[in-house]
Amino acid sequence: MSTETPETHEFNKGRSRALEKSDLFAHAEDPVNKGMTVQEKLKCFTDMVRIRKFEQAALQSYQKGKMGGFLHLYIGQEATAVGTVSVLGENDHIITAYRDHGHALAVGMGMNECMAELYGKFTGCSKGKGGSMHYFAPEKRFWGGHGIVAGQTPLGAGLAYALKYKGIKGCAICYLGDGAINQGVFHESLNLVSLWDIPVIYVIENNGYSMGTSQVRSSAFPEEGLAARATSYNIDFDTVHGENLYEVRAKTSKAVQRAYEQSRPTVLEIFTYRYYGHSIADANHQRYRTKEEIRHYQENKDPINVWEQILIEEGHLNVDKVKEIDQAAKAEAKEAVQFAEESPFPPPQQLLADVYHSVDNPGTHTNEGEIFFNDRLPY
Amino acid sequence: MAVITYRQALKDALAEEITRDENVFVMGEEVAQYNGAYKVTEGLWKKFGDKRLVDAPISEAGFIGLGIGASFLGLRPVIEMMFFSFVYVAWDQAVNNTSSIRYMSGGLINCPLVIRGPANGGTNVGATHSHTPENMVANVPGLKVVVPATPADAKGLLKSAIRDNDPVFVMESTLLYGNEGEVPEDDEFLIPLGKADVKREGSDITIIAHGGCVLAALKAAEKLKKEHNVDCEVVDLRSIRPLDKATILKSVKKTNRALLVEENKPFCGVGAQISHIIQREAFDYLDAPVHRISAVDAPAIYSPPVEKVQVPNAEQVFNEVRHMLQIKA
Repeated sequence: MSTETPETHEFNKGRSRALEKSDLFAHAEDPVNKGMTVQEKLKCFTDMVRIRKFEQAALQSYQKGKMGGFLHLYIGQEATAVGTVSVLGENDHIITAYRDHGHALAVGMGMNECMAELYGKFTGCSKGKGGSMHYFAPEKRFWGGHGIVAGQTPLGAGLAYALKYKGIKGCAICYLGDGAINQGVFHESLNLVSLWDIPVIYVIENNGYSMGTSQVRSSAFPEEGLAARATSYNIDFDTVHGENLYEVRAKTSKAVQRAYEQSRPTVLEIFTYRYYGHSIADANHQRYRTKEEIRHYQENKDPINVWEQILIEEGHLNVDKVKEIDQAAKAEAKEAVQFAEESPFPPPQQLLADVYHSVDNPGTHTNEGEIFFNDRLPY
Repeated sequence: MAVITYRQALKDALAEEITRDENVFVMGEEVAQYNGAYKVTEGLWKKFGDKRLVDAPISEAGFIGLGIGASFLGLRPVIEMMFFSFVYVAWDQAVNNTSSIRYMSGGLINCPLVIRGPANGGTNVGATHSHTPENMVANVPGLKVVVPATPADAKGLLKSAIRDNDPVFVMESTLLYGNEGEVPEDDEFLIPLGKADVKREGSDITIIAHGGCVLAALKAAEKLKKEHNVDCEVVDLRSIRPLDKATILKSVKKTNRALLVEENKPFCGVGAQISHIIQREAFDYLDAPVHRISAVDAPAIYSPPVEKVQVPNAEQVFNEVRHMLQIKA
């Protein structure tokens, strides 16, 4: 296997070239973008910056040994979560895999609860029981945060199935990585959602690598890309340049309309790039790809820079305002770190809470008898 | 009380719960238009239509996962496995996703899902189709497992399982589907999960069993009474998790002897857990070591006459009790 360059790992022609001005505004006139208020545009910018600052702070804490387990950073992919979530309505739901910090903040989860979860603290969004890969906010219609590659793909179908069953006009977006597309259960899900007209949108966040294995080394795919596999299931698909929030919104919106009006699924493949490794434990991420490749994306395809450029061109942003947003996000992340550090760990009794609904809600169910088999409890 | 089959009892439970709660639907292979591979859902599609009886393609991982996602939003899917052995192709969905979601969301998400179907050997269908995974599922915190032996228990347990807010596995048996028994006609006839049933009272020895082995134990008990005047107490676990420890211990403390019978394989089987509980909590009451009868520890054999001796039967129970009580033939 020869060393890969940006040119060889990318199958999508033209994907690696630097952007021109015409690229920036190619989707600006799309109805969903044309109708955007300045406030909404700035919110998208702020949200992307907040995600990045949150993760940079999390990375620092991780490196100081403040947390355990994995930390899969979303840095470089922010426009996907923010752009897709920004077009959703009040009956729409999302579910994703383990690289979930961006989606969590995009739906409005707080930095405090998210950071505390990384620290394994009781004030975390999952009371310190889930960790980095398992954030949830059902009240914000965010259903996780799932650790097993492609394991969430039928669940996303189920969320949309329930909407249809209940006669609610809505949809579910189920995000997955490019590494997930070779799992059998994803294909089973595609068959089911097409067969049964389920209003789900599968968003493949294609960052080029399933852990350390590049796309060309892991997937057989047609010229049109991974999403074209959808044609085998009679599902509409599209490809999206993930560095451009306008394009993400325009194409997601189209899929959402298809879900609302025809109750039909869509597969969207969003080309994106992660600057860090698969997780922080991925020490080899500069071996399976070159420094030049990483730099190329940072310099030319950074979703925050691209959106900043667009908003500056449109006159909604200037250097001072950018600095202000940047500093506010940094300060918010710093406060979240402090909140997490000062928060208590779950009391050991929490080990046995939340295992069963019937145990947490005694008397409301028909259950009796012993459930836990411990000879000695750990406290 | 009406005398109906185990199959009919399951069907009545499904029909009643579908009628009672609009969120209940049945999904699986051949459950609707085909009327069910084992006819458990016969007639239900005609009565309730496409929305409540859903024929799924052969994609166990896909449709179990879909059921899980739907349950997050308050639906109560009842997923049929044509054979419980087929759950093995969907293990990540059926076991990992179902058991983890409530815990790792800090209690925010419920998964009110039922997975039901036959889990038994003894039907000459070979190793791949004869698994009894109640021990494996019960090993996973967050999951519940029930194994009904009689028509009444089948109905009452399935209804409770559907109303439960946790994922429940209902493991039935193709060999029991045709058995008849008295079943209350009450729409609110519910058997709590985690409550064992003393199917026969006795004072000389406790036989603890679940599923089809309960019937073997009862048959052996009758013969032991008749031929040796031995009074066996037969405890039907009904529910593997939650487990009714209290009823097990009360019986063993009364009879001072325990024989555990299951179709499960012996290694890390249900009986292993129960014998641990008995020695840990009733050691001073025991007059003899706890004995176990399980399936012979090999994959299910096809050869019909040999498979008959691979899984426990009444004769084996009869002989084992005599051995424990030192009764000569």
